[in-house]
Amino acid sequence: MVDSQDWSLAPAAGIAAGVASGAVGAREVVSAALARIARIDPAVHSFTDVLAGRALARADALDAARARGEEAGPLCGVPFAVKNLFDVAGLPTRAGARINRDRAPAGRDAALIRRLEAAGGVLVGALNMGEYAYDFTGENIHDGDTHNPHDLTRMAGGSSGGSGAAVAAGLVPLALASDTNGSIRVPAAFCGCFGLKPTYGRTSRAGSFPFVGSLDHLGPMARSVADLALAYDAMQGPDADDPACARRPPDPAGPGLDGGVAGLRIAVAGGHFAGSGEPEAFAAVARVADALGARATVEVPEAVRARAAAYLISAAEGAALHLDRLRHRAAEFDPAVRDRLLAGAMLPAVFIERAQRFRRWYRAAVLELFRDVDVILAPATPCRAPRGGQTTFVLGGVTLPIRPNIGLYTQPISFIGLPVVAVPVWPDDGLPLGVQVIAAPWREALALRVARHLEREGVVRAPVARLP
Amino acid sequence: MSPSPVAPDLDAVMEACAGLLGLTNDPAWREPVLANLRVLQAAAALVEDFPLPDEAEAAPVFEA
Repeated sequence: MVDSQDWSLAPAAGIAAGVASGAVGAREVVSAALARIARIDPAVHSFTDVLAGRALARADALDAARARGEEAGPLCGVPFAVKNLFDVAGLPTRAGARINRDRAPAGRDAALIRRLEAAGGVLVGALNMGEYAYDFTGENIHDGDTHNPHDLTRMAGGSSGGSGAAVAAGLVPLALASDTNGSIRVPAAFCGCFGLKPTYGRTSRAGSFPFVGSLDHLGPMARSVADLALAYDAMQGPDADDPACARRPPDPAGPGLDGGVAGLRIAVAGGHFAGSGEPEAFAAVARVADALGARATVEVPEAVRARAAAYLISAAEGAALHLDRLRHRAAEFDPAVRDRLLAGAMLPAVFIERAQRFRRWYRAAVLELFRDVDVILAPATPCRAPRGGQTTFVLGGVTLPIRPNIGLYTQPISFIGLPVVAVPVWPDDGLPLGVQVIAAPWREALALRVARHLEREGVVRAPVARLP
Repeated sequence: MSPSPVAPDLDAVMEACAGLLGLTNDPAWREPVLANLRVLQAAAALVEDFPLPDEAEAAPVFEA
């Protein structure tokens, strides 16, 4: 139970309501968040930049606006932080890389930061991540590893490890992250918080450092579904500065969030999504399915091949993006990232064209499934958070390298840009697991509604980690 | 329909591509890059094994 006076642990919706009603000032909220970050983060290591001066100035401006009688935005006074691949005015956009520290400071904030601040949010800092987002562990050889707040010896997950850890540690109620192959859903699962990967093209990527343009998504992470929806609704809408951002009007999720699940057709993904993982990953899915009365199973066709195609496109597009850095500064990369990118640079173009053509076929085949179901459930990861520094794990009796295989179940879904809410399940006294609540393109509101129902029923939850 | 009836000499591929692209070919990186190439080659074979209709166009969307 959160102490009503402890604003550092309040949800975003509670903070915004408190500031709007005058129960608390934005400065008090932001000061509490900054104090908690200073106290807790040395153990978690989720922040790479804390922007105390900027955040307090912004809070004072919000309080002054309230004093003048100006209307409070839906996120008024809510502290948030962003993965350090988002442009933050005055900082070089490091994207987890040593090389990027030489970049000129960003001239303006990324589009999504501007939208959250326009809604009253207060940016308090930038968060650690795997180098160039080519990561599922949350480890970073330049800035140090982010630790899982629920067990500091375990991985936070990546590549948005700082975002998941900062939210789970109660340092901010809201964080922004990116997801190319699973980088929001994996840390949400490992750190036990909620994450939304919107439909490809829903949220603007303008002012963020790319990884794989044809697969990159940006979205929020939070400790409640209502907070996810608040942030999502504040960020939606077209943006000419992102060539992939859809020209669609916003579809707010907030108004229908408590609509329940009556009448929804919900099925569990079988085949690839029901094999290779630890039993507890499937038990987590079963628990969610039971709560939703979902008894049907659907077979996502060719999911293994979809994952292979996503893997190829990521390596090749990533290599093309970084080619010049690979030529001139290869020794400054994290070796685990460099070696994959170098191999990606050596792929024949026909492999990639073939993978993109397969993607068209796969998209059509999966969209067929949504004629008969509204929502599909699948595990987010094959296991709970591995130990920090662990390089291999055993899945289905086979020893596999951890880095590429944590995204076993996330890659085939983001490959065709489907919206997903990752929900945290706590099957026992141990660490959490995540379940993907997957909807048809542009149906984020539906996935959020299902997640909200599960939260209300007590099946999923995102408690603040117990830290000193 | 796999990419090649014979296992490709990935070492030679790596050598040639590094030269073509002007990439550093540090001996210490050779094995890990080769290991990654093997994984990517297997992924490419899996994708190529799937029969696609000629009409299946690449997925990235471009709006003029």
